Amino acid sequence: MGRGVGSRSGGGAAQPPWHSLPDEVWEHAFSFLPAAADRGAAAGACRGWLRAERRSRRRLAVANCYATSPRDAVERFPSVRAAEVKGKPHFADFGLVPPAWGAEAAPWVAAAADGWPLLEELSFKRMVVTDECLEMIAASFRNFQVLRLVSCEGFSTAGLAAITEGCRNLRELDLQENYIEDCSSHWLSSFPESFTSLETLNFSCLDGEVNFAVLERLVTRCHNLKTLKLNNAIPLDKVASLLRKAPHIVELGTGKFSADYHPDLFAKLEAAFAGCKSLRRLSGAWDAVPDYLSAFYGVCEGLTSLNLSYATVRGPELIKFISRCKNLQQLWVMDLIEDHGLAVVASTCSKLQELRVFPSDPFGAGQVLLTERGLVDVSASCPMLESVLYFCRRMTNEALITIAKNRPNFTCFRLCILEPRTPDYITQQSLDAGFSAIVESCKGLRRLSVSGLLTDLVFKSIGEHADRLEMLSIAFAGNSDLGLHYILSGCKSLKKLEIRDCPFGNKPLLANAAKLETMRSLWMSSCSLTLGACRQLAQKMPRLTVEIMNDPGRACPLDALPDESPVEKLYVYRTIAGPRSDTPDYVQIV
Amino acid sequence: MIHQERPALSLGYLPLHSMTTASTTTTGAKRGFLDTVEAKAEGYNEQKQQARAACGKELTVEENTAAASERKKGCCPPPPSHAPPATPARNNGNRPPARGRGAAVPVVGWPPIRSFRRNLATSTSSKQPPEQQNGEADAKVKLNCNKSPLVKINMDGIPIGRKVDLAGCDSYERLSLAVKELFHGFLEAQREPSSAESAQQGADRKIFSQLLDGSGEYTLVYEDNEGDRMLVGDVPWNVFVSTAKRLRVLRSSELSRALIGSASEREEKC
Repeated sequence: MGRGVGSRSGGGAAQPPWHSLPDEVWEHAFSFLPAAADRGAAAGACRGWLRAERRSRRRLAVANCYATSPRDAVERFPSVRAAEVKGKPHFADFGLVPPAWGAEAAPWVAAAADGWPLLEELSFKRMVVTDECLEMIAASFRNFQVLRLVSCEGFSTAGLAAITEGCRNLRELDLQENYIEDCSSHWLSSFPESFTSLETLNFSCLDGEVNFAVLERLVTRCHNLKTLKLNNAIPLDKVASLLRKAPHIVELGTGKFSADYHPDLFAKLEAAFAGCKSLRRLSGAWDAVPDYLSAFYGVCEGLTSLNLSYATVRGPELIKFISRCKNLQQLWVMDLIEDHGLAVVASTCSKLQELRVFPSDPFGAGQVLLTERGLVDVSASCPMLESVLYFCRRMTNEALITIAKNRPNFTCFRLCILEPRTPDYITQQSLDAGFSAIVESCKGLRRLSVSGLLTDLVFKSIGEHADRLEMLSIAFAGNSDLGLHYILSGCKSLKKLEIRDCPFGNKPLLANAAKLETMRSLWMSSCSLTLGACRQLAQKMPRLTVEIMNDPGRACPLDALPDESPVEKLYVYRTIAGPRSDTPDYVQIV
Repeated sequence: MIHQERPALSLGYLPLHSMTTASTTTTGAKRGFLDTVEAKAEGYNEQKQQARAACGKELTVEENTAAASERKKGCCPPPPSHAPPATPARNNGNRPPARGRGAAVPVVGWPPIRSFRRNLATSTSSKQPPEQQNGEADAKVKLNCNKSPLVKINMDGIPIGRKVDLAGCDSYERLSLAVKELFHGFLEAQREPSSAESAQQGADRKIFSQLLDGSGEYTLVYEDNEGDRMLVGDVPWNVFVSTAKRLRVLRSSELSRALIGSASEREEKC
């Protein structure tokens, strides 16, 4: 394989014939390595490959926006056409990170505008994106095609108008679960009349009205439109009209799917859907009148993905609907489906790969009959099931052991028992045995979330057996430092660890400091950490950033506080950029 | 360390037994760490066997009753009665009681669902922006326009906009007064500090009382739900409230220019 230039011997010894190939050949070879990890490995082989690989890299994913500076990233990979950047820690989704924490997209947009003029795709997740960012994007990249914003905030419809007006070659505008301020800007009207290249339009998270006539004209003239996800402002009859204009649609998100029952409207919908022969993915906020569900029967057979997780439909109509969807690979649903509904899913959807069941009334008293039974049934009868997110109120070790035996092919297993520290409801034991069975059986497990009553012993199992585990989420579990130690000293592939409300202290953190540099990030909140240990950790590991978050109401300088002060929130991540300079008052880097 | 009953301790700390591990080594922090805390190998196996045994045996009468009553209650001992998302943020230092019987307090960020999903059981389309998940939410939640029309209003010559609650006014006259309240402070600030106050107040009153009839220095216009600019005052008040998305206090001299501008917009974009 490539040896360094310096080791070239004189004419005598044979050099591998590829040693003197020009860079372009290597770049072409690397283009066959789609996975970033493979490209990274190739780049590590020798300087020549490093040079060829980085100069030809087209797609860049920055999983932590603070792991590197935007300028460095742009300089290192000058030919990037598609970039994805992620910001805040995952627990920000649940309100554990106060506002103004950081993760601004602006520096990334600015650096990209300078160094990647040919950029075509930009994707931001959990970041603060301003209208100015969007204006800069529209102005800086003449071939900009794909904008994807997931769980972002800080922008308004005025910024969207800049995009729709300025990006002549836009193919995808995908807005997922963002907080968008509605300025009544004519963002939809700002697509020029000559604009026809749109393939994906998702504005389901937008709160405000849109001009329907404009939308209809847009849909009519964009013949390549494959994905259309509407917001709640579009009523049913308008959905029917749109479908008639875009019968080739592959993915549809309806808006609010509720209306009083009218036979005319029903017939209209039924006819519209009957024409959609290519429809494969369906989602929407269905406060549904069950009567309308049967209008969809025509498309059920072709559906591969169904997201009813915002739908408060219950009962027989829902189940009748799902029982027709024989080809489902992905199902997201509310717990209103209950155990008997999942039994129908189990017997119908033999191709199911991913199941997510969300709680319809997470803070309520729990009248819904969804238990461990549903998950057991699905795991028993769906041989391709590999990803599960399941919210329920009770679980047993027996059920988990059965599930583990049925489905050793899980890659993602996330179980959330709603009440913290809930034991096996039959034996009153901890759920250690159940989760241990999962990690012992599912050798390919990459993501795991545990819940219920758990002792340190489950972490021993996880540390020992979960060799491929990359992301682990722990809440209200464990008894002592040992629990954390087991994880940090095991779990060979661990990248992200997030912990809340566990009695884990300083010792395992310090004893496993080196492990943290092999990981992307660690989050610990409401544990038993003290400031002194964090200081020690920061000192020991200069390539880690150790962030402490105080209560935003009392921003007191850390320097004054003694070592014994408790640390409420800790966020540690590796970085080559040094400590960031945009921390708000309540965040301090030790 | 075997859990025979639900632990009452909130922290889950349990007394450590002083069992020693079989081997001691001196290599590396890892082994050293393990040596200081006991290993529960035997305990773990025992627990595993117990769990399997418990699963194997038939339900006794006791367990049947327990299971039945759980089904009635909907599983676990009653979780907290409905805790609306607008409860104030808990002090994160307090941990919830282990089993949450009866008086459990809601926990921040638990269960782990995004705020987009939180309100589905109770309401329709209201969502809480991330800043507000710690509880002062409701006052600031931006509701569907039809439910609580807090619309933006800008005035020509004043760089800062305001927001006005249309539902709080019950007529166009009230709206006119509200607009005056919002902006007269700015107008004063822009005027010479040496001018007599009373003269200013008189002038302001004049400006704001003729907003609606087109005869004053300023005219009130609004943007409706179709994006068109309309003169305020033509439609019945309640229709206005439900269709107005945005307000503007225009200089009347600008009015004709604004109207021509929007007409040409319409031509281009229709």
